[in-house]
Amino acid sequence: MNDASPFLELEPDAPRVTVRFDGTDYALPEGANLAAALLAAGVRIFRATPVSGAPRAPFCMMGACYDCLVQIDGVTRQACMTRVTDGLVVERAPGKDQKDG
Amino acid sequence: MDEVDLLILGAGPAGMAAAAEAASAGLSVALLDEQARPGGQIYRDVTEVPKARAAILGPEYTAGRRLADAITTPRIRPIPGATVWKLDPDRTVAYSVDGQAAQIRGHRLLIATGALERPVPIPGWTLPGVMTAGAAQILLKQSGVVPRRAVIAGCGPLVYLIGAQMVRAGTPPLALVETQTRGDFMAALPHLGGALKGWRAMAKGLGWIAELKRAGVPRHTGARDLAVEGEGRAQALSFTTRSRQRIDCDTVLLHEGVVPNTQATRSLGLPHRWDAGQHCFVPDHDRWGETALPGIYVAGDGAGIGGALAAELAGRLVGLHAAAALGRWEQAERDRLAVPLFAALARERAARPFLDAAYPPSPQSRAPADATIVCRCEEVTAGDIRRYARLGCTGPNQAKAFGRAGMGPCQGRYCGLTVTSILAESNGKSPQETGYYRIRPPLKPVTLGELAAMDVPEQQEKSA
Repeated sequence: MNDASPFLELEPDAPRVTVRFDGTDYALPEGANLAAALLAAGVRIFRATPVSGAPRAPFCMMGACYDCLVQIDGVTRQACMTRVTDGLVVERAPGKDQKDG
Repeated sequence: MDEVDLLILGAGPAGMAAAAEAASAGLSVALLDEQARPGGQIYRDVTEVPKARAAILGPEYTAGRRLADAITTPRIRPIPGATVWKLDPDRTVAYSVDGQAAQIRGHRLLIATGALERPVPIPGWTLPGVMTAGAAQILLKQSGVVPRRAVIAGCGPLVYLIGAQMVRAGTPPLALVETQTRGDFMAALPHLGGALKGWRAMAKGLGWIAELKRAGVPRHTGARDLAVEGEGRAQALSFTTRSRQRIDCDTVLLHEGVVPNTQATRSLGLPHRWDAGQHCFVPDHDRWGETALPGIYVAGDGAGIGGALAAELAGRLVGLHAAAALGRWEQAERDRLAVPLFAALARERAARPFLDAAYPPSPQSRAPADATIVCRCEEVTAGDIRRYARLGCTGPNQAKAFGRAGMGPCQGRYCGLTVTSILAESNGKSPQETGYYRIRPPLKPVTLGELAAMDVPEQQEKSA
C-alpha cells in the first residue's frame, strides 16, 4: 500500500509486476487497469495538454475523455483502456512545453 | 463479410438483455464492447469482482451477474476489447481489436452505447484529482481503488450511491456538496405521486442517504459557485451556501447525472430531439427502440436515461422485436410476450420525472462563467463560446470553425451539451434550434495502419 497516494487499495496483496512510468519504476498489480494502478501508486499527473501545457490526469475512466493519454512504444494510448503487463514502459504523452508539471 | 442476425454495440444491461432474448429466439448475435468483459459501466467487471468488493458495491451491482451468465450461449459471439469507429446505414460496423481493424454487418443493429457523465464545467474541473463520480465507481468496481480524501459535488442519486459505497469501503467522503435547491424539490413534488410507483428506487436512495448520515458525512445543499482550487492538482473545493466555504481535499468527484452517449447515433445522421426534462438530446425511436433508419435500434440509457433495470427491459424488447422482424416470432406472439415487459418498464421509469426535477443540472454548469473551460481538449472557455455567438455563431457545429471547440480527441463528448446550452442562451434560441455537433467517423482515433490492414469487402474493392 502506498500511504502517499490519494487512493486506498482494497486488495493491496495482489501480485505485482514492474511498470516504468516517466522514468520511475512502480510495482503495479498484474492485469490491472493501468490508469487505476498508476493513480493508486500515487501518480497524480499523466500528461500536459498540447494547448497550454496544463497538467491532466484520468477524468472519466471509461475511454471517453482522453485525459489519461500516455505513450507506450511510441503509440499514444488511453491509460484507462490499457492493462498492466510486466515490463511495460510508459511515457508521458507529449504536450506543449510547459511552465511546470 | 462477417454477418450476423443481430449486431449489438455495447455489452451493458441493454445489450446483454437484447442478446439473450434474441439468442433464445434462435438469432445469431455478435456483441461488441470496448471492455474486456461484459457488464457495461454499471456492471463493470461484475463477472470477476472479489467478494469483499462485491459487498461494498451492493446487490444492485451484483444483480448484473445474472445478465452476464445469460449471454454465455453459443449463439452469442462476444467481441470484447472492440473499439467501434464507423457505422453505416446498411448496418455495417467497422471496429478494431488490439490494433486490428475488421468489419461486421448485422441484419439488424442495436446501438446500446449507454450514457456519459453530464459535463460539470466549473473553475478547476480540468485539474488532476478531479474526476467524475462515475469514474470513482469504475475505479472501485474494476480495480478496488477508492479515493481517501474526497469531496463529492453536484447532484443526483449517484452522489449518494458512491458516497455510501465509500463509507462501506472504510474511507467516507469528506463531504457532499449538493447543488440542488429547495426550489428544485418543490418543483419535483407534483411528480411524487408517480414516483411512488417506482418506490423501490426511491427507497434505495433514502437508504444511501441514511448510511451517509450514520457515518457523519456532512451534506451541504443548495451550493452554488463551486470551484476546484489547487496548484497543478485539486487541493480544495470552495462553494457558497449561506457563506463562502472551502474544504481541503485530494479528490473532487463531480456528478450532475448522466446523459445519452449519442456519438454512434449522431454519426448515422439519425434525428435527435431535445428532452427538456432530462436536459439532453435523445435519438428518436419508437416504443420498440427502432430509429428512423430501418433495422437500426436503440435501447438503454443511450436512448434516454432510465437506469440499468429499464435498460435491461428495453433491451429485451429489442430482442423480441428483432426476432419478430427476422421471422422467428409471429407479430402477435411478440406482442403477447412484450406485455409484461412494457408494464415493468413503465414502473421502472415512474420515478424518473421526480428525480429529473429534483436533481437538475445546476445553473452554473448550464451557463458557466466566462473564464471557465468548457472544451477540455482544446481549452476553449465559456467566454470564447459567447464571443463566437456575438460574431454570428448559431450552432455547435459552426463553433468548431470559430475556435476548435469539440475538435479534440474526445470529439465533443464532454463539451457538446455545454456548448449547445451557452449558444442557445446567447442567441435566445432553444437547444433544439441550436442543435449539436455533427459527428463524423472515425468515432475514435484509428491509425492508417489499421485502415490499410483491414479486410475490405469485395464489392468495395471492385468499385474502388
